[in-house]
Amino acid sequence: MSRRRVQPLVWLAFSAGGVAAAVLLPSLALLFGLAFPLGWLDPPDHQHLLAVVGHPVTFVVLLGTFVLLLVHSAHRFRYTLYDGLQIKKKRTVAVLCYGAAVVGSGATLAVLWAAA
Amino acid sequence: MTRSGGATTPSRGTPTPSGGTPTGLRLYRPRVSTWWWTRKRSYLVFVMRELSSVFVAWFVVYLLFLVHAVGRGEAAYLRFLDWAASPWVTLLNVVALAFVLLHAVTWFALTPQAMAVRVAGRTVPPVHIIAGQYTGLVVVSGFVLWLVTR
Repeated sequence: MSRRRVQPLVWLAFSAGGVAAAVLLPSLALLFGLAFPLGWLDPPDHQHLLAVVGHPVTFVVLLGTFVLLLVHSAHRFRYTLYDGLQIKKKRTVAVLCYGAAVVGSGATLAVLWAAA
Repeated sequence: MTRSGGATTPSRGTPTPSGGTPTGLRLYRPRVSTWWWTRKRSYLVFVMRELSSVFVAWFVVYLLFLVHAVGRGEAAYLRFLDWAASPWVTLLNVVALAFVLLHAVTWFALTPQAMAVRVAGRTVPPVHIIAGQYTGLVVVSGFVLWLVTR
């Protein structure tokens, strides 16, 4: 696919990932990042979490969400390096950022598949 | 013979702008400092907002650690919770959550500017779009809480 065809798709994924990061990520981060480990709330028992993670719907939702979040993050970080830090090696930056997102998406699939 | 005459004819020693035709002009390219964004509050907020991308990626990695631990068994899950309660991970998560919230607030505020929603021929006021997104945040958060703690 030519660059002109790919670019709108990347922006679309960026937007979808941005919505996911704004709507879904705060609760997951607050609960599993702070509230459960620090004992503000009783952590869910293992059996229940395993059932949730193993459900096909959770698998699909988490896979889609995590991949979108990674593309969103890579796309935004790319422009942070261009504009914020004034790094002008455009091709290298783009390859590294999107490359990391692709590797991360593969890892996401492997981890979710193994746990499901 | 070029169409625009002799002015664009290449000759030795003439500076050639990247991708353009050689001209007798030197291009003015001002150097932008690496730290330009520290000069003004609005610039700083812009770069902080963009940096939220790093912390979004961190939470994806963190949640994958969690899923991996849950998949391996109860002992691994409890070890994960212990590790997550250590001071460094807690500090990182506090900072990362602050950046994610900055992302959420700025994202909601920008949405009405990025898309005009029209219902029955009328443009929906920006306030309603922003309020709708906060409602979405509350509903989704409530669902997540219900799903993992029931």
